[in-house]
Amino acid sequence: MKPKETAAHYILSSSPHTHARSSVSRIMLDVVLALLPTTAAGIWFFGMPAVWTIAVCVSTCLVAEALCRLAMKRENTIGDLSAVVTGLLLALNLPAGIPLWMAVVGSVFAICVAKQVFGGIGMNPFNPALAARAFMLISFTGPMTTWLKPLWWKTPDAVTTATPLAAMKGMFTAEAVASATPHAHQSLDQIPSLCNLLVGNMPGCIGEVSAIALAIGAVYLLWRKVITWHIPVAFIATVVVYSLIAGGAPAYAQVLTGGVMIGACFMATDYVTSPTTASGKLIFGFGCGLLCMLIRQFGSYPEGCSYAILIMNAVTPLINRWTQPKPFGAK
Amino acid sequence: MTIAIVCIAGVGLVAAVVLAVADKYLSVKEDPRIGMVTAALPGANCGGCGFPGCDGYARALVAGTAPNGACAAGGDACAAEIAKILGVAATATEKRVALVKCCGTRSEAIRVGDYNGICDCNVAAMTAGGDKGCTYGCLGYGACANVCPKGAISIHDGLAKVDKRLCIGCGKCVAICPKKLIELVPASATIHVLCNNPDKGPSVRKVCGVGCMGCHLCEKNSGGKEAGHFTFQGFLAKVNYENPPTDAQIVAKCPAKCMAEDAHFESGH
Amino acid sequence: MKTVKSPFKFKGGVHPDYNKELAREQPIEKLPLPAELVISMSQHLGAPAKCLVKVGDFVKRGQVVGEKNGFISVCVRASADGKVKAIEKRLGPAGGKADAIILDTTAKPDGEEAAAPVTEPILPPLDWKTASREDLLKRVEDAGICGMGGAGFPTNVKLNPPPGKRCEYLILNGAECEPYLTADYRVMLENAPRIRLGVEIMRKILGGPAVRIAIEANKPEAIKAMEDAFADIDGNVEIVVLPVLYPQGSEKHQIYATVGRVVPEPPALPIDVGCVVENVGTVAAIADAVELGEPLLTRVTTVSGDAVTTPKNILAPCGTKYSDLVAFCGGEKVPPAKVVSGGTMMGFAVSTLEIATTKTTSGLLLLSPKRVTQYASQPCINCGRCVRACPMNLNAADIAKAVEADDIKAAEDAHVMSCIECGACSFSCPAYRPITQFCRRAKNSIRARMAAEKAKAAAAAKK
Repeated sequence: MKPKETAAHYILSSSPHTHARSSVSRIMLDVVLALLPTTAAGIWFFGMPAVWTIAVCVSTCLVAEALCRLAMKRENTIGDLSAVVTGLLLALNLPAGIPLWMAVVGSVFAICVAKQVFGGIGMNPFNPALAARAFMLISFTGPMTTWLKPLWWKTPDAVTTATPLAAMKGMFTAEAVASATPHAHQSLDQIPSLCNLLVGNMPGCIGEVSAIALAIGAVYLLWRKVITWHIPVAFIATVVVYSLIAGGAPAYAQVLTGGVMIGACFMATDYVTSPTTASGKLIFGFGCGLLCMLIRQFGSYPEGCSYAILIMNAVTPLINRWTQPKPFGAK
Repeated sequence: MTIAIVCIAGVGLVAAVVLAVADKYLSVKEDPRIGMVTAALPGANCGGCGFPGCDGYARALVAGTAPNGACAAGGDACAAEIAKILGVAATATEKRVALVKCCGTRSEAIRVGDYNGICDCNVAAMTAGGDKGCTYGCLGYGACANVCPKGAISIHDGLAKVDKRLCIGCGKCVAICPKKLIELVPASATIHVLCNNPDKGPSVRKVCGVGCMGCHLCEKNSGGKEAGHFTFQGFLAKVNYENPPTDAQIVAKCPAKCMAEDAHFESGH
Repeated sequence: MKTVKSPFKFKGGVHPDYNKELAREQPIEKLPLPAELVISMSQHLGAPAKCLVKVGDFVKRGQVVGEKNGFISVCVRASADGKVKAIEKRLGPAGGKADAIILDTTAKPDGEEAAAPVTEPILPPLDWKTASREDLLKRVEDAGICGMGGAGFPTNVKLNPPPGKRCEYLILNGAECEPYLTADYRVMLENAPRIRLGVEIMRKILGGPAVRIAIEANKPEAIKAMEDAFADIDGNVEIVVLPVLYPQGSEKHQIYATVGRVVPEPPALPIDVGCVVENVGTVAAIADAVELGEPLLTRVTTVSGDAVTTPKNILAPCGTKYSDLVAFCGGEKVPPAKVVSGGTMMGFAVSTLEIATTKTTSGLLLLSPKRVTQYASQPCINCGRCVRACPMNLNAADIAKAVEADDIKAAEDAHVMSCIECGACSFSCPAYRPITQFCRRAKNSIRARMAAEKAKAAAAAKK
């Protein structure tokens, strides 16, 4: 006969017995909130296709994670909202007009292959959204490099075009040839005006066009202490310095076009795949910026941001090893 | 095309010659008995002998720095074979298996708090002395199960149980238990007292419905003190495994229901 | 004597909710003598005292009931008159069991009437100005004084540096950085002159070091009281106002914040950088022991939390049961979900209120379900908050992941033995990982291994 239990049953745990009340889902929610301005901008410029792409990516990611965890016989983790963030970031990195079935394939890859196979949140070596984007770029190169013209829905027909990056790539070589050729001037015309670059009135992926919207989101994340300044500043500063040294398109254009803004503020700052210490983050940001510009100048693709970040993700464990904090009082 | 084939074949030939030369002149001379002893050992690499893996124990045996018979997993058969290889006399040791001396499941023994933390008995014992009312009893957080190289221990209803069929007697669970309530007993013994609490009967009753009360009935029913089948630590009965009781009736006659016959032969769990 | 701001700031640290307003304004109240006291033989760091009495004995207040057992040990004295009802193993706040004397304070020897209140001091008072250093040290030892801030290190050992080491700075720890606790604050506010006397005595024992009184900036009234008490003291004495940051009260961090010296990793001690740190309560106890001949028999404990009716700062005899303290505070307002002995960052969760206070019990907290957060076994997301929070600058995330994977060696390589178990890492973790518990597990495992190796080496050396 089991004896009667005492009335008082307290919780027994190790110290500390209090908490800062932060949580993974709150952090993810903050990221989603920070991405809302650029989501709104993307939908404004690219219309219904953008809405569908975002909806499909987010919902596929949620379903894929739930089913994956079920198949792996682990507890369901969609409550931590990381799948929502992955889906949203992936969608924001896709051209608006992409066929939806490709978006589904990419989302499934992002969750199942790039994240759950490694054990789920915290275990993945590569940024899942970027890994999926790279996968889609190789598998569906055509649709992944065909962008809708912004505000196309105001005109009767959808018009596709290339991003300014293609022209900017040409400008690297154009500068090297001669200084006062008409080429250079012509290429400069193909870059949108500074105003359009900031607002986002240019072709590109859904979430990468509006620099102002991205900046608002980044400031929100900095204020909420979700990200620190080290990676975005190191990344963007490296891009600026590189373009000043290497020539070609103006530095502001290099920063405001392509994936540099969204990459530096939202993709490279992913906790799991970036270094933990401040000095590690600076090295990481510098490496991303450098690789991005190298790919833009010398690589076959006009855009180098995703690959740059993925390569630096692979180097992150090494950076962590190099930048271990020195214990207080250690020799 | 031909040139490519010739080149590759040439490279292969050179590599083969280099490897053959290296094997002859650069090979590490090793006592062949090490390989033979390693093959004779069970290969569990459990470390129960105290050496790093079966290979480590084999080297120590051949070097003469280790006693034969330290391998609990291999048992007598293995010790005999090793003795033959090394050309020494064999010694016989009886197989021992682990026994968790507690039967206080969550249904029988009270808990005095809700433990929230790492699922490990050693850290749970550090937190307020453990969340179990009986401070000598099994906490059931699986430190023993985690360390068992053969997966012989499972946790049911907050209590650890050893499957005798799988246990190799390496002793890792004995070392890791914070309450020191796991004992290596002869595999042939069938009657056991599953309690570790030496406190007076009423104190034990307050915290566990199946704890030993020290009533001495088991001793009385098996021939009394003179028969020497039991010893007592405080108010806790302990089976004398060098002279174990044989009458299974005393298990049913135990009023506390803390005894068991062949307790750890779990089938189906 | 001047008041300065702390010139140095250590890296890391966190800002928990302090909730000190619950008990701040409560003056120290003396608890009426409880009917039963549970006096443990292990109220300090080091070997438990050896019990000298047996069941049935009558003891007098201040009588030595447990003698010092070894160099790192402290004697235990009876906190009240009474009869020894029982001597048995009792659970202590930290979860360990130790022999304890159960004292019935209502029992009197046959034939004795109600004794007149004792007016004679228990130990002969000493004039610190004329007493020798050795006499003063002996008095600290006889009075059974140990560090009252929580660790309980024997004070007479701390005040007697080994040959070759000199104390250059005596630092008074008035930081009280733990949430809820206000005992040291009230002691500074109400007993500042006692603290001053204690400082004079300790200065004599230590050979005239400079004195730094460290107080956190959230206690301006205490700073003022200490300034008034120390206004005309001679010598190199400063009050250093520390920024409000947890764990400002940690020995190593307080040394750094006040004098900028870094204590090397264990086994180094503060005396290796010429510093001795003592809690203000301990200092006041030294004054009482020398001037009044009063051994360490009572201490101030803050009883607080949102589940207790009236939080108070209670002066109670050592060995008072927690249930008596809670009753004195008006009982439970709501049934607590957790009871913590100490503060919320480094205190111990206890399973029952039948546990008794010791010389180091600074607080008792009753927390309602609202104030309790549960740990989870979520995976680490590498956010780095714990790394930034760690005041010892350790990579807490890596240590936790290593211990989770049972790789104690990797945790040792990551300097887990330097961990002070302050809890800043677990506090900051958004995945609610029990990082501090992982560190404790690693440290225990390493200590056990080192003890086994030492025993093996000793056995081998004997052969």
